[in-house]
Amino acid sequence: MPQHLLAIDDLGPDGIAEVLRVTDSFVEVGHRANPKVPALRGRTVATLFFEDSTRTRVSFETAAKRLSADVLSFAAGSSSVKKGESLRDTVETIEAMGIDAIIIRHSSSGAPTQVARWVDDTAVVNAGDGWHEHPTQALLDLYTVRQALAEAADGGTGDDGDDGTRAFKGLQVVIVGDIRHSRVARSQVAAYAALGAEVTLVAPRTLLPPSLEGWPVASVSHDLDRELVDADVVSLLRVQSERGSGEFVPSLREYTAGFGLTARRAAALKPGALILHPGPMVRGVEIASEVADLPAARITGQVSNGVAVRMAVLFLLLAQGPGEGSLHE
Amino acid sequence: MAERERSHTRPRGALFVPRAQVMSASDVQRAVTRMAHEIDERNRGLEQLVLVGLQTGGVPIARRLGTTLEEVGGTAIPVGSLDVAFYRDDIGLRPVLPEAVTDITFDLTGATVVLVDDVLFTGRTIRAALNALSEYGRAQAVQLAVMVDRGHRELPIRPDYVGKNLPTRRDEMVDVTDDGVMLGDVVNR
Amino acid sequence: MSDRNGTGTAGAGPRVVAVRGGTVVDATGERRADVLVEGDRVVAVGPDLEAPRGADVLDAGGCVVAPGLVDLHTHLREPGHEEAETVETGTRAAALGGFTAVVAMPNTNPPLDSADAVRNVLELGRTAMAEVAVAGAITVGRAGERLAPMAELAALGVHLFTDDGAGVQSAGLMRRAMEYARGLDVTLAQHCEDGTLACDGAMHEGAWSSRLGIPGMPALAEEVMVARDIALARSTGARIHFLHLSTAASIDLVRRAKAEGVAVTAEAAPHHFTLTDACTAGYDPVFKVNPPLRPQDEVEAVKAGLGDGTIDAIATDHAPHAPEAKDLPFDQAPPGMLGLQTALALALTELRLPLARILALLSWQPAAIAGLDPGAGDPDTGPGSAGGHGGPVVEGSPANLCVIDPTATWTVDPFALASRSRNTPYAGRTLTGRVRHTLLRGEPVVVDAEAQR
Repeated sequence: MPQHLLAIDDLGPDGIAEVLRVTDSFVEVGHRANPKVPALRGRTVATLFFEDSTRTRVSFETAAKRLSADVLSFAAGSSSVKKGESLRDTVETIEAMGIDAIIIRHSSSGAPTQVARWVDDTAVVNAGDGWHEHPTQALLDLYTVRQALAEAADGGTGDDGDDGTRAFKGLQVVIVGDIRHSRVARSQVAAYAALGAEVTLVAPRTLLPPSLEGWPVASVSHDLDRELVDADVVSLLRVQSERGSGEFVPSLREYTAGFGLTARRAAALKPGALILHPGPMVRGVEIASEVADLPAARITGQVSNGVAVRMAVLFLLLAQGPGEGSLHE
Repeated sequence: MAERERSHTRPRGALFVPRAQVMSASDVQRAVTRMAHEIDERNRGLEQLVLVGLQTGGVPIARRLGTTLEEVGGTAIPVGSLDVAFYRDDIGLRPVLPEAVTDITFDLTGATVVLVDDVLFTGRTIRAALNALSEYGRAQAVQLAVMVDRGHRELPIRPDYVGKNLPTRRDEMVDVTDDGVMLGDVVNR
Repeated sequence: MSDRNGTGTAGAGPRVVAVRGGTVVDATGERRADVLVEGDRVVAVGPDLEAPRGADVLDAGGCVVAPGLVDLHTHLREPGHEEAETVETGTRAAALGGFTAVVAMPNTNPPLDSADAVRNVLELGRTAMAEVAVAGAITVGRAGERLAPMAELAALGVHLFTDDGAGVQSAGLMRRAMEYARGLDVTLAQHCEDGTLACDGAMHEGAWSSRLGIPGMPALAEEVMVARDIALARSTGARIHFLHLSTAASIDLVRRAKAEGVAVTAEAAPHHFTLTDACTAGYDPVFKVNPPLRPQDEVEAVKAGLGDGTIDAIATDHAPHAPEAKDLPFDQAPPGMLGLQTALALALTELRLPLARILALLSWQPAAIAGLDPGAGDPDTGPGSAGGHGGPVVEGSPANLCVIDPTATWTVDPFALASRSRNTPYAGRTLTGRVRHTLLRGEPVVVDAEAQR
């Protein structure tokens, strides 16, 4: 395990597989009457959220508490995180309190990377930075897909040491929406590709990044109807008005006409194809209301899976012992 | 030096080099049969007897004990499996990973639980298992069955049923498989 | 503490400095020669000169003795941002870098758009370790709306006008500024960046910005304003100087404009021929600069432009920022890098050009653009006028010189630089070429690579 989780590439295929596998154990823990284990007792985890997100912050904090860690919560707008106080000062103050991990969400890409440079032994977890990455969301998506694929194969994943990731090889994944401004998209592309899936990006030209050089995608398209035909997984991104997508398309109605998952489009999907959405959805924009209620549609922000994935990440980052380096030789 | 057998904690890239066979496959089978009779005798008449094998080495032994107990006693005994990674006391000192998902689908409240493991060494795994077990209900009693007791206890833990007592050096390793029990060394690659 | 005539000790007559054992290189050529300086003038140049008794002898063995370097583009930050730099600390850094004159950019607080503000900086420059010329703002407050009082500032000796930090966005206003400037015989300098294309860009728009998720500013943002201003210059007959050009397209436009005879000059900054946008991979704001670091093919175009005469000068765009300012997230941090102490060494280390060409780019060509060359206008104009920089090293010329050891290697240590700030992107880099001595108006302000005050 690396010291920090800043981007999906920090994990590599083996790391991703390990997170998913360990998540299974934490899902089981979550089913118990007392969903708690003493694994991180005595450790302290701090959440530092410069962007409002109660859901993700609570998910991380629940994960830490279920590992018996102590949790300190710093939210933007509170007196301890003043605007204009240098990010570095804030981080160094927190670190001086004796923190084992900082979970940071920030509106600026790269902020967690910079924080990781400033701390010594503290692990830094990226809970979403600007347009850059949101690794735990992508891991959660992958877990949801893995779970669905295992169900479809009648629960048989445990043969020959297959940890459930073999099913991703050659999987046709279509990611639709505002790729340009989406940190979830960047993490998803890296994660799916790492496990051998073939990723197609579908978006209007103005919502694609200026360059896709180096992106591990199989193809890029502006024709959603054509790409849906062979898709095994359709991952819908939110049209992010808070991150300025609105100016890049003439209107949301035009967006939906070209790129929304309407009922007609959903009907054209292969049987067994999955529809994923990180939530919260804007019904009627990226996904038709009736489509959202189909059994094929999985809102991957499921609380229980999200907490289990984040428990796995925290456990793997903090429980690995000093000086052992990467477990993957 | 504790507990290097569990593949939870064996350094990746370490190799077990066997030196001597201390139990043959049929020795193991005989031990299973004997222990099953001992368990049955001691717990006869109990309504709620369950077996819980520790991942991963204890699980096949627990299953075999369960099968034999059913033959001996006539009733099916529930068998579950338990992974204790999250309860270990050395998390953070060395890499610790769960090997499999715990599978205990029955409430343990009021039950007599026989924990089953392949090798008993320092006792720390069993202590972690006792902590983990308590999450599934308040057992009436917990007993311990192991195929091999190799000594070097660091905690006040003792087995109720033993396949074989085997004195060992601390730096040696004991490996229990379907083909028997091997004594050897751990070599880092 | 010497006075302006370079008198060493009271009543002892003018100071005499002997620069011995070096090779003089200037616009006229190269020759083995010692240089004798008396007061603020060179009094003799020739091989094996005898140093009079009481002279300061500066050893220039193995070194090049050249006219002092001139930086067309320095941010001295005073007034308004003295936490990052002052005229004193900035000119100390300049002198250590071999510069005897710098042009101070007007984006101070208050900006240099009025006679009082300009006078203030010129006054601070009188006792500085390099001559400080001032660039006035083109528009009031650099807001791009109304013309600043250019004639009044020109009367104070201001020769270059720019809104640097930003470009003049309105074509109409720029045209009017050019027409007005023509009448005053001053030069307008443009920071070419179209605001509607650059938007919130914090780095070059391309593969790296897409991967890192940082809003980018396209090369187009520079190119469209270069194209516009060349057209305006052609039409109005005014002189235009382009600051910090960084793209192949812009340089190509300048190349063609020059071929047509349009009065255009251009500069490039060392970071644009030594660093690429790949440096931003770790999100370290020390690599954030405007115009941004670009991909390798743009870097090659800058080098080619420096080699073929399209680009007339290397200008540092020395932009100090206090450490707290650069400790912000990448998109929030202010753009800018230090440059005065590393420019010469970077040019010598990284450009495959003859030494005389490099000195042309750093000394006499920028001196001419800045109006600081000998014979440019009236030597008595304004305070601090020392009669010129960059001119040939001959008897009677002003003693603004630098002595360069072209083979000395040194490693850049941000904490050892004279600037108040530490934002150099070259920390830890080993460079070849170092200034050994610098003379300003005959005064040795740097001796053996150490500032004398």
